Amino acid sequence: MIVIENVSLSHRDTPILRDIDLSLPRGGITALVGPNGAGKSSLFSLIARLQPLQKGRITVDDMPVDTTPSRTLAQRLAILRQDGAVANRLTVREIVGFGRFPHHRGRPAAEDLALVDAALSEFDLHSLADRFIDTLSGGQRQRAIVAMTFCQGTDYLLLDEPLNNLDMFHARQLMRCLRTIADERQRTAIIVLHDINQAASYADRIVALRDGRVIADGTPDDVLTEDHLESIFGYRMKVEHMNGKPFVLHHL
Amino acid sequence: MPDRRMIVLAAIALIAVLLFLTVGLRGNVQFVLQLRALKLLALLQVAISIAVSTVLFQTVTANRILTPSIMGLDALYLFGQTALIFALGGFGYASLDAGTKFGAEVLLMIALAGALLWPLIRTRMDMNLMLLMGVTLGLLFRSLSQLLSRLLDPNAFAIVQTASFANFNMLRADLTILGTIITLAAVVVSWRARHVLDIVGLGREAAIGLGVSWIRTAAGLLLLVAILVAVSTALVGPVVFFGLLVAALAERVMRTQRHALLLPAAALIAIIILVGGQTLLQHGLGGASTLGVVIEFVGGLVFLALLFHESRK
Repeated sequence: MIVIENVSLSHRDTPILRDIDLSLPRGGITALVGPNGAGKSSLFSLIARLQPLQKGRITVDDMPVDTTPSRTLAQRLAILRQDGAVANRLTVREIVGFGRFPHHRGRPAAEDLALVDAALSEFDLHSLADRFIDTLSGGQRQRAIVAMTFCQGTDYLLLDEPLNNLDMFHARQLMRCLRTIADERQRTAIIVLHDINQAASYADRIVALRDGRVIADGTPDDVLTEDHLESIFGYRMKVEHMNGKPFVLHHL
Repeated sequence: MPDRRMIVLAAIALIAVLLFLTVGLRGNVQFVLQLRALKLLALLQVAISIAVSTVLFQTVTANRILTPSIMGLDALYLFGQTALIFALGGFGYASLDAGTKFGAEVLLMIALAGALLWPLIRTRMDMNLMLLMGVTLGLLFRSLSQLLSRLLDPNAFAIVQTASFANFNMLRADLTILGTIITLAAVVVSWRARHVLDIVGLGREAAIGLGVSWIRTAAGLLLLVAILVAVSTALVGPVVFFGLLVAALAERVMRTQRHALLLPAAALIAIIILVGGQTLLQHGLGGASTLGVVIEFVGGLVFLALLFHESRK
């Protein structure tokens, strides 16, 4: 379980997060949504220990993120950052293989290699496995990095806008893949998402942030109402229902 | 095939070493060989330090066009030499105990690096800010040495000039061996960190995500860089000029960023360039130029040829 207690963050005198209290139990997909500047990525980087905590406390399975050794956390929690720049002269297979690093520290066992192979197939990367990452398109590169994060094999996955650069086919495949590991392997995924309808279809829970505060938290059905959406995003949008799931017509 | 490339590099390096030892061998063979072996040891030590320190530095800073000289260590060395000559005069400078001088120089340079790294560790200061501080301090030291050189008499200034280029002709055996031991230790540590280096090369956030404790690792690697640079600079003078060339060549030849291949390739290329360059300088050009000029000229040509070859593919 990831527990966020009383977390606040400010940059100079500008508050970015204000008194966030959240607990994310094991299993399921949680989507973090909100307008630009709501504090989603800041909250993300605090949970991912990319930025020091100023106030409050965050624990992953009772381990405080700011004092637990990085490697111990890396065996529980994998992170994927938006547009993470990656060195160029590395092949897709090498990049994906780095996902196993927290487990073997540079000496991959047969099991690690098998997991890398599985991740390559899962993300449709076998034909690209020996290509250098700088010869790939943005979407292919994103898939390689996502595959690396999956390959880390952690209970918790923290993904910051993983659908960036992905086409519809691969975006759907990634969300389905997340759904599968959440359902079958009790993994937990926390995703910062811009596409509200992806959240509507695949997430178990949606947490909405605005101005550094949690302003809505619940199942897609609870959160994705016209009133809530207006208070989150600042304009009125129609919500339809298809096959029992909310469908937000945000672009009209 | 990476392995075949490595064998070719090793073979060329071996040829360079053999040529350096044997070309124009005459007179008292044993004496000459002893002299050349000492010089060779210094050349190897410097080549490996520069190659390894530049690769480490570029990996930690995630920047392929930087060299450790941006930390201002060689500028501090130069300022130290100028200040010593200014204070003691040419004769006093020449009669300084080489061992004490070597030790003091190494410690001073590592102290400067420590001072730069301190805020990085204590307050998690941004690494780019730290590098900028290094640039500024380097500029300060350079300007100070320029100011002092203007005040020197011409004889003393000539000594400053000699001290500001790498010099492999006035080596003390004991210091060379001591320097080589320190370098070897630092190289062993770097080699053992080769897998972590691959991860560090992915950038700060990805590395943290994969379980690297960033501040400790980055500071440790930068300290390693400082030790390597300090020892070779104190031994022969400022030599970081060709680190950039070596690191870029290694990456192009090996076509990978895995440090298990990159580190040895860079070291071999540095040996080829430095030992080969010194042989060429002594026997081809009759010692008419400085090694720096030879290296930059030949190395630059090789680099251009590689770029050209690659763009045609």
